[in-house]
Amino acid sequence: MAMVTLRAPLSQRTGGTSEHDLPGETVGEVLRELERRHPPIVGWILDEQGRVRPHVNVFVSGERTNEGATVEPADVLTVLPSISGGSA
Amino acid sequence: MTSELLVGTKKGLFVLRGDPSAGEPFEIANRAFPGDVVEFAMRDPRTGRYFASHTSGFYGPRLMYTDDPAGEWTQAEGPAFPEGDDAQTLERIWMIRPGEADGLLYAGVAPAALFTSTDDGASWSLNDALWKEHQAGDWQPGAGGLALHSICPWPGDPQRLAVGVSAAGVWITDDGGQTWRSGFTGLVPEYMPDDAREDTNVLCVHNMHRAPTRPERLFMQFHGNVYRSDDEGSSWIEIQAGLPSGFGFPMALDPADADNAYVIPLVGAEDRVTPDAQVRVYETRDAGSTWTARGDGLPADEAYLTVLRQAFGSAGEGAAMELYFGATSGDVFGSPDAGASWFQVHERLAPVTSVRVA
Repeated sequence: MAMVTLRAPLSQRTGGTSEHDLPGETVGEVLRELERRHPPIVGWILDEQGRVRPHVNVFVSGERTNEGATVEPADVLTVLPSISGGSA
Repeated sequence: MTSELLVGTKKGLFVLRGDPSAGEPFEIANRAFPGDVVEFAMRDPRTGRYFASHTSGFYGPRLMYTDDPAGEWTQAEGPAFPEGDDAQTLERIWMIRPGEADGLLYAGVAPAALFTSTDDGASWSLNDALWKEHQAGDWQPGAGGLALHSICPWPGDPQRLAVGVSAAGVWITDDGGQTWRSGFTGLVPEYMPDDAREDTNVLCVHNMHRAPTRPERLFMQFHGNVYRSDDEGSSWIEIQAGLPSGFGFPMALDPADADNAYVIPLVGAEDRVTPDAQVRVYETRDAGSTWTARGDGLPADEAYLTVLRQAFGSAGEGAAMELYFGATSGDVFGSPDAGASWFQVHERLAPVTSVRVA
């Protein structure tokens, strides 16, 4: 099981819980499992094609990755908004 | 009598309430989705359900609905492109429009596609036939993206529908969206070379509305011209003579008068502000033969406003029709008498993207 950590507003989409132990061998698989367990977060981190949104960063044990990156059972996936997102 | 406005802005949805006959500013009853761009918001008059499309700069676009705009909003299932379908990703939801059957709604999105809901907006599916036209047709985007932004149902007939796409013209179905044909005869894309105009499908529709009492008639604000069609959108005639400019984005109609249309011209494609530094709405009551400026109460000097495509809404009909529009300056204006007089509904909101009467 890898651990996914979320901040608001994403954690608000998962019942207020910020840490989730989830199975999966890739970042995409782990995040799809997060969506399966918490449907309100569908479309927020991954787009409908299963890609990490361009202005969301997913770090695996401190290294920025994408949906295809391999995940080990002890890894921590940290999901954060990118500084490139938002608008004036 | 209190009216409720849904004003989408670059910084959230503002719900404004007030009495238009008083000519006083409306109060902000509620703000939703703070920080996100709310591209469009409307209320389905059949169910009372509110819809808002908004886009987070981080987490993408989505459609939300609620029965109480001050309460919790529910995320709809879609619109979303099918997984693996040419790897398309939803960029923006431009328009939501009730259809002509119970539970039926349409959503126009970018990249240009039509989605349909048959359960009052809870879930959405892609219109495959129009999407195939898009994929086969080398559709090109306008400055605002490749957008399906105008949806014109045929009153009482859910099989018939016309949609407007920037910049891929008018598409018409007579069989509930199973097949589509384009309507372009008479449209003049002045932004194309003379020898490329006849065959091009780069037709930049800015807005399109159907006259409910004469549904074969459509009015269109095009990129540089205003047009009318009297044959369901198959062919078009220019009607911009008498306007200060043929360029603009928003449009509204009096649903009781098939000869009526309102436009808000801008100087042109290279200078998208109100002409002569004056804010004026132009009205026709003879199907575009003549136009009358309606500016009583609107800024008359040093006003360089931009009014976007969906930022013009109306309620009612005839001489008591209410009209409202918002500008990227954050100003919102209203008229309680079909444009005869105007007042400032609110000022200093965020740049306004859409205005609809709830």
